[in-house]
Amino acid sequence: MIHSLFLINCSGDIFLEKHWKSVVSQSVCDYFFEAQEKAADVENVPPVISTPHHYLISIYRDKLFFVSVIQTEVPPLFVIEFLHRVADTFQDYFGECSEAAIKDNVVIVYELLEEMLDNGFPLATESNILKELIKPPTILRSVVNSITGSSNVGDTLPTGQLSNIPWRRAGVKYTNNEAYFDVVEEIDAIIDKSGSTVFAEIQGVIDACIKLSGMPDLSLSFMNPRLLDDVSFHPCIRFKRWESERVLSFIPPDGNFRLISYRVSSQNLVAIPVYVKHNISFKENSSCGRFDITIGPKQNMGKTIEGITVTVHMPKVVLNMNLTPTQGNYTFDPVTKVLTWDVGKITPQKLPSLKGLVNLQSGAPKPEENPSLNIQFKIQQLAISGLKVNRLDMYGEKYKPFKGVKYVTKAGKFQVRT
Amino acid sequence: MSSNSFAYNEQSGGGEATELGQEATSTISPSGAFGLFSSDLKKNEDLKQMLESNKDSAKLDAMKRIVGMIAKGKNASELFPAVVKNVASKNIEIKKLVYVYLVRYAEEQQDLALLSISTFQRALKDPNQLIRASALRVLSSIRVPIIVPIMMLAIKEASADLSPYVRKNAAHAIQKLYSLDPEQKEMLIEVIEKLLKDKSTLVAGSVVMAFEEVCPDRIDLIHKNYRKLCNLLVDVEEWGQVVIIHMLTRYARTQFVSPWKEDDGLEDNEKNFYESDDEQKEKTDKRKKTYAMDPDHRLLIRNTKPLLQSRNAAVVMAVAQLYWHIAPKSETGIISKSVVRLLRSNREVQYIVLQNIATMSIQRKGMFEPYLKSFYVRSTDPTMIKTLKCYNFLTYVKSQDKQFAAATIQTIGRCATNISEVTDTCLNGLVCLLSNRDEIVVAESVVVIKKLLQMQPAQHGEIIKHMAKLLDSITVPVARASILWLIGENCERVPKIAPDVLRKMAKSFTSEDDLVKLQILNLGAKLYLTNSKQTKLLTQYILNLGKYDQNYDIRDRTRFIRQLIVPNEKSGALSKYAKKIFLAQKPAPLLESPFKDRDHFQLGTLSHTLNAKATGYLELSNWPEVAPDPSVRNVEVIELAKEWTPAGKAKKENSAKKFYSESEEEEDSSDSSSDSESGSGSESGEQGESGEEGDSSEDSSEDSSSGQESESGKFPSKNILWYIPQEKEKKTKQDRNPLTKDVSLLDLDDFNPVSTPVALPTPALSPSLIADLEGLNLSTSSSVISVSTPVFVPMKTHVLLHRMSGKGLAANYYFPRQPCIFGDKMVSVQITLNNTTDQKIENIHIGEKKLPIGMQMHVFNPIDSLEPEGSITVSMGIDFCDSTQTASFQLCTKDDCFNVNIQPPVGELLLPVAMSEKDFKKEQGKLTGMNETSAVIIAAPQNFTPSTILQKVVNVANVGAVPSGQDNIQRFAAKTVHSGSLMLVTVELKEGSTAQLIINTEKTVIGSVLLRELKPVLSQG
Repeated sequence: MIHSLFLINCSGDIFLEKHWKSVVSQSVCDYFFEAQEKAADVENVPPVISTPHHYLISIYRDKLFFVSVIQTEVPPLFVIEFLHRVADTFQDYFGECSEAAIKDNVVIVYELLEEMLDNGFPLATESNILKELIKPPTILRSVVNSITGSSNVGDTLPTGQLSNIPWRRAGVKYTNNEAYFDVVEEIDAIIDKSGSTVFAEIQGVIDACIKLSGMPDLSLSFMNPRLLDDVSFHPCIRFKRWESERVLSFIPPDGNFRLISYRVSSQNLVAIPVYVKHNISFKENSSCGRFDITIGPKQNMGKTIEGITVTVHMPKVVLNMNLTPTQGNYTFDPVTKVLTWDVGKITPQKLPSLKGLVNLQSGAPKPEENPSLNIQFKIQQLAISGLKVNRLDMYGEKYKPFKGVKYVTKAGKFQVRT
Repeated sequence: MSSNSFAYNEQSGGGEATELGQEATSTISPSGAFGLFSSDLKKNEDLKQMLESNKDSAKLDAMKRIVGMIAKGKNASELFPAVVKNVASKNIEIKKLVYVYLVRYAEEQQDLALLSISTFQRALKDPNQLIRASALRVLSSIRVPIIVPIMMLAIKEASADLSPYVRKNAAHAIQKLYSLDPEQKEMLIEVIEKLLKDKSTLVAGSVVMAFEEVCPDRIDLIHKNYRKLCNLLVDVEEWGQVVIIHMLTRYARTQFVSPWKEDDGLEDNEKNFYESDDEQKEKTDKRKKTYAMDPDHRLLIRNTKPLLQSRNAAVVMAVAQLYWHIAPKSETGIISKSVVRLLRSNREVQYIVLQNIATMSIQRKGMFEPYLKSFYVRSTDPTMIKTLKCYNFLTYVKSQDKQFAAATIQTIGRCATNISEVTDTCLNGLVCLLSNRDEIVVAESVVVIKKLLQMQPAQHGEIIKHMAKLLDSITVPVARASILWLIGENCERVPKIAPDVLRKMAKSFTSEDDLVKLQILNLGAKLYLTNSKQTKLLTQYILNLGKYDQNYDIRDRTRFIRQLIVPNEKSGALSKYAKKIFLAQKPAPLLESPFKDRDHFQLGTLSHTLNAKATGYLELSNWPEVAPDPSVRNVEVIELAKEWTPAGKAKKENSAKKFYSESEEEEDSSDSSSDSESGSGSESGEQGESGEEGDSSEDSSEDSSSGQESESGKFPSKNILWYIPQEKEKKTKQDRNPLTKDVSLLDLDDFNPVSTPVALPTPALSPSLIADLEGLNLSTSSSVISVSTPVFVPMKTHVLLHRMSGKGLAANYYFPRQPCIFGDKMVSVQITLNNTTDQKIENIHIGEKKLPIGMQMHVFNPIDSLEPEGSITVSMGIDFCDSTQTASFQLCTKDDCFNVNIQPPVGELLLPVAMSEKDFKKEQGKLTGMNETSAVIIAAPQNFTPSTILQKVVNVANVGAVPSGQDNIQRFAAKTVHSGSLMLVTVELKEGSTAQLIINTEKTVIGSVLLRELKPVLSQG
């Protein structure tokens, strides 16, 4: 399947290569560079490129290209998913997936890649298993290693891969047994000029952090499971239980993992917690325009909205902006034409606003459309869909774990057209 | 510090210095300073020293740096010898890194790589399954053709390993070996077949992958595993799921009839969405052929459904394409929700998914309607994604991204043509766009409007006028050409404007783009024909211009038009029709999506994405007209019973299970076959699946079918439960029918009294078959092999020294097959010396011996003289150390020395052993796995009589026959002369003129050589 992998940085250097079958020359990447040149923007490089003898499937993550070489038919999503899994693993191991991190840990990277693929077919991709095989680097360990000469490779061999529960290893032990769940919901919305919602949906995930000894068997139930009709599960979840009882029943992996992700798409269930009053105009035949936006709370269920940021991609003809915020700071980057306004919290008594003038290139025709506003915000202790965890039960182990659920709502791709 | 040590080095030099150097490097850069690699040789020298040090930390350090070099793509191959030495290191990390290195460079340094093989062979027998697995992994990754036989052995061994993890690695190794040496295909298919029966979820994905790679056309191997795969699917790891689903899609397309009703074929859409199921049923009932879905087909569709909720986009897409290709059209609706969910994922996933959605929505239009909003474009999406989104849907014309806007406009055009009600709206929108300031947008609009107007030109005179005005401002050639064409085509409707336009164009003709020039010529010609009064001169002028144009296309066109429209004598006939030619009604163009033609590729594949056939793309076959026999999939009898039994009858099911296993056991106890078979029987009883791990598929199917027979005989009331099995039984019998005719030896022990065909409720056997069977029974029971009689083997003599090269002295040797009198580790050899000269040959003796290490030779006593024409036979003993290495020595006479050598056939390195069948089995049980080699032999049935087999085997090898209780199995035992290791040969006759040859021995090399020699002998006539 996957023949070789090349990691390429933004400036086009191939800084790592790994082959799982016979060696493929680096020159194959020239086709990729060609496509990259054509695409102008890194985001527009086609993920699948066909060359005379190979196919290149690439992903772009954290300013790095992961380019894989394929020789025969394979579902492209398969490769793409896998490459993302590789990037996730690096992220998990090194805290970031950057060129520097990979170069510093080149041996671990190599060991990881060796374990993740065998002959181009995925072998071990579960982070629990990988961490048993190859210990992630920590500062302490690297110091200890350099003194004692011991290594990152686990001494004990993993057991999980050999059982029916490949995602969990045996013999997990904690002094404090705890299970925490984060319900994180993101609102994706498009609000049109007049303020009505064109499109809105909630993308939710439940991330779990589980540190429980032994082989706990958990079941998580919801107050209103009907909300979840479009869900994707971590492999540990038993489909049948969910189908019949709407209960999430699973033996969890050890540590952090994403339990489920879901989508609430029916629009009337999606509350829009903020509104924006805007007045952006450019005058014909004049080199200035007006810019005025005000943000206010709406349907916020009594919680404070915080961490508000507004980002606007201004038209190219905008030279500079001269604005006054009533609250927070703003920056305008004249090169990328991005206006960022860091608002902070909304206090209903005094709504934050940003007003001022826009300087345009003189002589250039006025922009024909107004830019749209991308808004970020955060609401603690609230799942905007109304999803609520009912209870968590544990079977199979005797101890009493600490349990906790946290709810957060965030803006996802939240866009207001002006 | 380093300079100090350097100075010291110079003074003293030698070994001490190098050691110091190592110390220095290992203490200075303990964590291996990556990035400091210089390519100069000195550095590598340094690494070599570190590798040779006896400190693990130094070695580890060196290995880390070497891996760093590999990662950068730098050549580190010259360190190979130094690295390979460390392959047996105790330190796991060093070992791992050495593995990494080996796999990368073994291909380049094959000879040296061989040094490491023995380490892996040892590791293959390690008690720890992970070590076994990783040894197999590395061994199979070393792409050195010489070790193919070793890999083959290791794979076979591993495929029978107790640990599913090792078996999974064996499945991976299959592909590696196949790509290294495709000639091993047949053997590998056997292993695949074996592994396909594996019930572990761990193995399933990998073995299906191997199947797809090695023998995707052997769909017959899937039949018996189909249901198991369907049922296991949910628990298989995600990557395996993708592969299995793709494979099952292909399988389903060949094995089931189409669930799509023909008349609503591809255009089926809303109908199915709004019609209730009942209605549909009624509808189908009315049809001549009522369609009932094969339960297995249903099973697949049902079992894949939960996977739509996988977190892995590839799995979701795989299920989506499965539904798309094999599910009834009314059920495909459920995939759209999950597929749309994938759009939230990263850009690459979006790209692929949208492409697939494009194909789907073109064919079944209603499918994604409810999710229309998800396709709304965000200004932050990359252009690539935007373009894709808009191919199907929206109208984001005002976007800042003009390329994107242009694509949008094209889409609008397509919307307009497809949905006639909105054409006007679209047209209006487009006309508005004509006033847009951006050229690309306008140009694109013009092109689209042109296409639209071509469809309904009647009412749109106004638009044409507007466009004519635009001609002054637009510079994009395509748009100008389009406008000109439009005007030319509709010149009768705009009689005033058209000549004016032509006038303007004539002025600017020379500066126009080629495309526009052609259209000017066309316009001129058209106007000339319709309105020659006003435009005659203009047209002439333009034609003259065109005549001298640089572009030959334009010159050609000019000439053509002139001949056609300007009347002269020659072209009289044609010019009459000129008007018809130019002003013919043009058919409206079809605006088609670029995704239209992708539908012939399987969704979700690379080929689909590229819209070109990728290497290794497997065509999805069309539905068969008639379904192939569904009973081929019936193995898992209990599974079936579960499916057909209503929920309330669980108890009955249990009892059935028990009966089944009982009869199985009964079967086995009555059957005096080997241990392995009875093992499989009991296991199948527990698992509720018939002997899947039996020695071969034929065996197990036979077992299970006879099990069913007895079952149905004893419990006719359970007939409902066994509905399918009976059908299957018929099938197996019919299958067997032809076989019985030409195979004289058939294991009929299975047909015990309980299971006689008479007990069947319906006679499934034809009378002739019964007669056949009876006849067989007699013949087999009468044939008895007398094993104890020693078989005479014709003496095979080999030439040791030809008389021509021996100056008249000739020497031949043969192996008398007797224990050697000179030593019990020696093989006795008899040499016959002939004097062909006319003189006495004196003092014949053995001179210098060049024997491989360990080999010994007991020479014969010197012969004083040999008379002319005389001959003498002498005995020698040679200890070949159980190898087929050559013993070279010199045969000397008084005057000359001749170099001669003896290479023993492998069969002569053995001594027969007398052994009982029980002992044989016991010993065989100890020598399984790695120590077992086997091959399938195909030969005419007459070659498979016990006596011929005995004769043939004994001819090749010095083995002793073991009395056998079964007619179809013959056993031979021997021990190697040197080490006394047992060598057990089994020939087991199978149906269809095949036999399996199994050799069990510790001496795997000799075993495999013997196998190779026996194989052709047994299969030849």
